[in-house]
Amino acid sequence: MTEPIAYGQTPPLTARRSLLRRPTSTAGLWGWITTVDHKRIGIMYGVSAFVFFLLGGIEALLLRLQLGGPNQHVLSASAYNQVFTMHGTTMIFLVIMPMAAAFANYLVPIMIGARDVAFPRLNAFGFWTFLAGGLFMYSSFLLGGAPNGGWFGYVPQTLKAYSPGHNIDFWVFGLQILGIASLTGAINLIVTIINMRAPGMSFMRMPIFVWMSLVAQFLLLFALPVITVALFLLMFDRQFGGHFFDAQAGADPLLWQHLFWIFGHPEVYILILPAMGIVSEVLPVYARKPLFGYAVKVFSGIAIGFMGWGVWAHHMFATGLGPVAISAFGLSTMFIAVPTGVKIFNWLGTLWGGKLRITTPFLFAVGFVAMFTIGGLSGVTHAVVPADTQQTDTYYIVAHFHYVMFGGSIFGLFAGVYYWAPKVTGKMLSDFLGKIHFWLMLVGFNLTFGPMHILGLQGQPRRIYTYPAGRGWEFWNLVSTIGAFTIAASIVVFIVNVIRTKISDQPNVGADPWDARTLEWTIPSPPPEYNFAEEPLVTARDELWHRKYDEDGDGRAIRRELDYPVVMDEVPDEVHVHMPSPSYWPLVASFTLPAVAYGMIYRAWPVAIAAGVVEITALYSWALEPSTAPPDPDEGTEDHGPELDSGEPAAAELETADAD
Amino acid sequence: MTDTATSHEVEPHTHDERAHPSDAQYVAVALVLGAITAVEVGVYYITAIPKHLLTTMLIVMSAVKFSAVVLWFMHLRFDSRLFRRLFVTGLVLAFAVFLIFLSSLHFYSPSRH
Amino acid sequence: MAATVHDPVEADDDVLHHSATGLSNEKIAMWAFLASDCLLFGALISTYILYRGRSVVGPYPHGVYDIPYTSVSSFVLLMSSLTMVLALSAIQRNDQRRLRIWLLTTALLGTVFIGGQVYEFTSFVRMGLKIHTNLFGSSFFVLTGFHGTHVFIGVLMLMSLFSLSLKGKLPQEKAQTVELVGLYWHFVDVIWILIFTLVYLIPS
Repeated sequence: MTEPIAYGQTPPLTARRSLLRRPTSTAGLWGWITTVDHKRIGIMYGVSAFVFFLLGGIEALLLRLQLGGPNQHVLSASAYNQVFTMHGTTMIFLVIMPMAAAFANYLVPIMIGARDVAFPRLNAFGFWTFLAGGLFMYSSFLLGGAPNGGWFGYVPQTLKAYSPGHNIDFWVFGLQILGIASLTGAINLIVTIINMRAPGMSFMRMPIFVWMSLVAQFLLLFALPVITVALFLLMFDRQFGGHFFDAQAGADPLLWQHLFWIFGHPEVYILILPAMGIVSEVLPVYARKPLFGYAVKVFSGIAIGFMGWGVWAHHMFATGLGPVAISAFGLSTMFIAVPTGVKIFNWLGTLWGGKLRITTPFLFAVGFVAMFTIGGLSGVTHAVVPADTQQTDTYYIVAHFHYVMFGGSIFGLFAGVYYWAPKVTGKMLSDFLGKIHFWLMLVGFNLTFGPMHILGLQGQPRRIYTYPAGRGWEFWNLVSTIGAFTIAASIVVFIVNVIRTKISDQPNVGADPWDARTLEWTIPSPPPEYNFAEEPLVTARDELWHRKYDEDGDGRAIRRELDYPVVMDEVPDEVHVHMPSPSYWPLVASFTLPAVAYGMIYRAWPVAIAAGVVEITALYSWALEPSTAPPDPDEGTEDHGPELDSGEPAAAELETADAD
Repeated sequence: MTDTATSHEVEPHTHDERAHPSDAQYVAVALVLGAITAVEVGVYYITAIPKHLLTTMLIVMSAVKFSAVVLWFMHLRFDSRLFRRLFVTGLVLAFAVFLIFLSSLHFYSPSRH
Repeated sequence: MAATVHDPVEADDDVLHHSATGLSNEKIAMWAFLASDCLLFGALISTYILYRGRSVVGPYPHGVYDIPYTSVSSFVLLMSSLTMVLALSAIQRNDQRRLRIWLLTTALLGTVFIGGQVYEFTSFVRMGLKIHTNLFGSSFFVLTGFHGTHVFIGVLMLMSLFSLSLKGKLPQEKAQTVELVGLYWHFVDVIWILIFTLVYLIPS
């Protein structure tokens, strides 16, 4: 059960000279840059995603300003196209996905009782590649214009003939880079969850968030290759004169839409499942009851994962697929509402009869359930094909997916932020400000997106940059714009809350401030680098709860009288766990990718080739560098800042060419 | 398949590796693969075979070759069933999704549209 | 070779080699990657099938394909799977000499295959088929080129293994590394088995 704390090292076989000296310090800025610690990477994912959230939010405000009244001139038509494209692309690929990655990175290893993910350097590579891809895409604003073909990039609009600038190229290459990041992340988390579980942590004892992350990572694993091919074909059409989407050459105009939505619909579940997992963690804690129907919850999540592959063409009902395809996809879309509905009843069942504690995370979680239900119901209306034909490309669709993506994912993610913030920082965010944030956001959200149902049914099309007066759209558009600024105000409250908490001198909250149920609350806040001083032994689902509570005859929880601490409030001294060492190579390998892309976009072939050579060098050096450097003889005595001079004799190493 | 191989399979643990084939068995598999390839190319030149039959034969033969490499050379027959499940999931998913996709575009009739 | 991975000798990153299933992280990762790659080649092959017979200008497949030639290069790639698995078998017996012979042979066969593909591509171009000629050109070159890139990466990995072995840095405990490269290599081979049938042999 318990393992020895110090880990042995293999005697080195041969000494080898490395190109860059292995970074040794985990302190300071370089410590963050070269880190392979899953918690630090999780935090960096979260912070970067929040910055992109602000950018995407500013874009949304610009759109709403433009549409607040008829005939506005805040944005030109061309700027409007760029802003709505980047708003969608940002919120999906640079906010919700990395935010979910932040939670998964930080929490999954701890929740399953592991010390890190399976491939720590691959994890760092995933993060830096995401950041590089995001910055690359945003650099287009400075280089002649951002992508302007919508987040779905439909052809032929995005072909060279109709989009001759580099805008779409940035989108194509940017998404390819982000795809690499997500694919490596998916493989890493899948292996971690399958293989790094602590003793006793069977699959059916895993926290539901781990389960939902696992399903989402499998969806990523299988969906990303499809969008990769679609983007690859579009790249060939744009860069090398291919004909994949050229109807004049006989190409099928629907090829792009099929490939895009074969990826795109699983993507929807990739965005929502982690948030569902977070809500399923939060509600039981504040209802002080176990999750209602754990097994059903798990299987409905898996069912959603599978069925999500059979509904993609409901995005294409208006394209003339033929009666058979339309009927089949309409039916499958109605069916997928079943496991989703089951989940909603699971949450209600969890709340039923619970001793509710109305805290900020609880409010956001309940907000998620309510708003997601509305979005789910309007989603079912799209499955009714004749109705969908009317709704297609109107604001009704915009209303629907914002209820799912914002009312769903974003509310769920904020529930997670408030819930786990004390674990990550050791400080509690203000509950008062949190509640102001929640109510402002809930009101603002419904003001913004509720009226869009009406506007859509009144026939306001999507993606128009302005509209004439006298169509009856003015009032609800104005309401929607006011709502958008209310959301912005709520985000300001959130930022104030974070800053106030950061500079406050509140004492450490200890390991388990919420009286929670899962393993991450057994270790200090913030956790030490190695997470667990001793590998935990898991005996039950909701392990921590069962360590703390027993049941009386009526099934009521009674606290156990124990003469030893159940949780570890402070980091113990004298624990030496040899953790994976920091490395430069993931960083180099990541930031070389945009260089290749710039080279290809601007046809600067030497740049692309040189960057490719650097990339291969970085990957080789990475493969030949062991994941854990041998211990320094005078370890812990001094903190040498890492130096970048090459040719330093590296510490003797055992060669490994591992798969990451 | 040997008897010991089957007895290993009933072990509850996922760590159910069976003995790997010998080099001679690998060579035998390769000979079969080579022979099937020869037949494939051979039937391609027999013009008497009707088109649909020829297509079916070719697809069956390539499926056999595919399975042989995956099961023997990639050891999927002998390795943990976790690997089998992983790979089969990807393979079946790819097959199902793209078959539906191609069917919805009537790929089988070149004179469509 | 999960059994050898947890040998104490391999414990260089023990922290990460805790294993709930008794299997190695790297091998699970490789199989997950290959499962994912099924969808990648699935999309590319489907695109080719969708566009069969839809080019509005020539050259058309039956005018450029040289089936005997491609059959030989397919056979070469097929046999490289045999030599690959023999290399793995050699390192599992700690037979370094045969390991090197078979690694080198596999890389050589792979190189012959790529060389054959380069020759095929140039002869197609000489016959007037380029990527921007018609749908056939686009879908053929992208699909087979993508596969060829996979083979090329495989050859690089094989040569790296060969050079590690020469330096004595590929002991028996590292058999899994050979196995992982082998899995990748066989996968590239089975994809070609499909391409050979679906792209070259099946009549349009």
